Parts: sequence; structure tokens; C-alpha cells
Amino acid sequence: MSKAKFGVVVFPGSNCDHDAYNTLKHILMQDTEFLWHKESSIGDRNVIIVPGGFSYGDYLRCGAIARFSPVMKDVIRHASSGGVVIGICNGFQILCESGLLPGALLRNESLKFVCRNVTLNIENKNTIFTSAYNGNGNVKPGKMVVPVAHGDGNYICDNDTLKMLNDNQQVVFRYEDNPNGAMDDIAGIMNKQGNVLGMMPHPERASEGIVGGSDGKYLFESVINSLN
Amino acid sequence: MYSSKIKVTLRKSILDPQGKAVEHSLQSLGFKNIIDTRIGKFVELKIDTKSEEEAQLITDEVCKKLLANQVMEDYEFEVVRVNGK
Repeated sequence: MSKAKFGVVVFPGSNCDHDAYNTLKHILMQDTEFLWHKESSIGDRNVIIVPGGFSYGDYLRCGAIARFSPVMKDVIRHASSGGVVIGICNGFQILCESGLLPGALLRNESLKFVCRNVTLNIENKNTIFTSAYNGNGNVKPGKMVVPVAHGDGNYICDNDTLKMLNDNQQVVFRYEDNPNGAMDDIAGIMNKQGNVLGMMPHPERASEGIVGGSDGKYLFESVINSLN
Repeated sequence: MYSSKIKVTLRKSILDPQGKAVEHSLQSLGFKNIIDTRIGKFVELKIDTKSEEEAQLITDEVCKKLLANQVMEDYEFEVVRVNGK
């Protein structure tokens, strides 16, 4: 029996919460529950997914309002004590706004919403999020193909932060062909401790063949392996 | 009562693609002497307090906490006294 207990946060305006739930519950057969944004505790959940979507209508800035919702207080506590948190797309924006990850996400350089598959180079395979990509599965070696779907995915941070991210191997994924103007082709980063990941592409939307690819599921398998 | 008028803009060092798109559009309309366009947000708050100093402090705090993300944005504001109830 897997020790992973996934909690998928649901904000008003989340729209990838069910994709994440389906991947975890029905494809990977994990103990998974939704966590409504008004809950003050994550309960017994030990892996938190902050999903994609348009929380609070993206009002003010993407993720700016969700960051102050009741459940996020406990998510921040969980992350600060070493618990696993994965922010995908809007979830990545929320983690940056909440200070769990450095930097911010700007409007795409093209000003266009991009929605297509991208190839990511897995820059760091020694993380709890990427260990299952070590030669396993049917992915291109060292790469994963997953969709992006965002208008604000243009990662930015100051030069000192960028140097820190590179020096500590915190850049987990880079775009092979940058779709949004992100600095240094950054698609996903983790915190220094390696327990919080944020990424713009959607692994939960590429976790079974029927949706066009399953490269994404190895990310969740990596996390499950790390807990068992 | 005081009113705070707040402007939030992308930091000068950050490319503003929306501003650039509008600038190109203005230039194509014949406004050749427009050489820079930046787009930002305007927020107006009414603050129920008798002290201008408190209104300033509150405005600064909400800018830092929520209205601006200082990783990518700058803010400025002015506080003026208004007639309230």
C-alpha cells in the first residue's frame, strides 16, 4: 500500500483539478482527495497538488488572491516543514505569489495564450519529482512531452536568484523550444530543499495514452516512489 | 476619509509586451513621436480614517502585501482627503 496521500486543492476557477484527481486516483490508483480552498487544514494529506486553472478569475494578478485563501496557510506550513507540494500552471503562479518559490510569471512575450505540446529537457533527474525518468518508461531519454496551456508563463527572477537556481540545480525542467519567453527557458523549478515544485506545463494532462501521451505520469510516480 | 490613488506598473527593467503592442499600433496610426508606452493598473481605495499618516501607511501595506508583486512591479500612490459620511 502506497504511503502517498494526495490532496488536490480546489479554488473557485480551478480547471485542472479533475485532471490531477483522475491521474492520481484512477491511473496511478493512489489515495486522493480534493481539498476545498476554504478548508483550514490539509488533514492527513502528505502530497499537495495546487492545480491549474484561473483561480479567482486571475483577478489582480494570476495567483495573487488564491495565495491568501484559508487552505494555503496550511499548505505553506506543510511545505515549510518539508512536505511535498506541486504547483502546476496556475498552481506554479500561486506558489510564486506565496513565496514558496522565487520569481514570478509574466504575460507571455507573444501576448498570446499558448496551448500545445512542448518538449521539456529534464535538467535534474535526482529529485523526488524526476527520479522515475531515469531510463524508465517510454519517454525520450532525458525529455518529456507534455502540454502547456497558459497566457502568463513567462518566468522571471532577478539575476542573483537565477544564479542560485542554476548553482543549486533547482531548475528541474527547461523548454526545448521556449513558448512564452521565460528566462533561461525555465519551465519548472523547485525550492532549495527540493520538496516544492512549480511548473507551467501539465504532466497531469499527459498521463495516459488516450489523451495523447503518458510522459507526465512518471512525475507523480517519482513522488510516490520517494515516499515508499 | 481619505482616497488613495495607486498606480501599479511593470518594473522599468522588465519588457512590457502589452505596452509594446499598443506602441506599435499608435505608431501605425501616425503618432510617430510616441517612443515608449507602458501599461499598468490603477486602483482607488477609500479609507475610513481621520489621519492622513494612517491612510499612507495602510496604502503602502496593501500595496506590498497584495496589490503589487515587487518581483516584477513597482507602485506609487497619492493620498488625498475626501468628504465622507
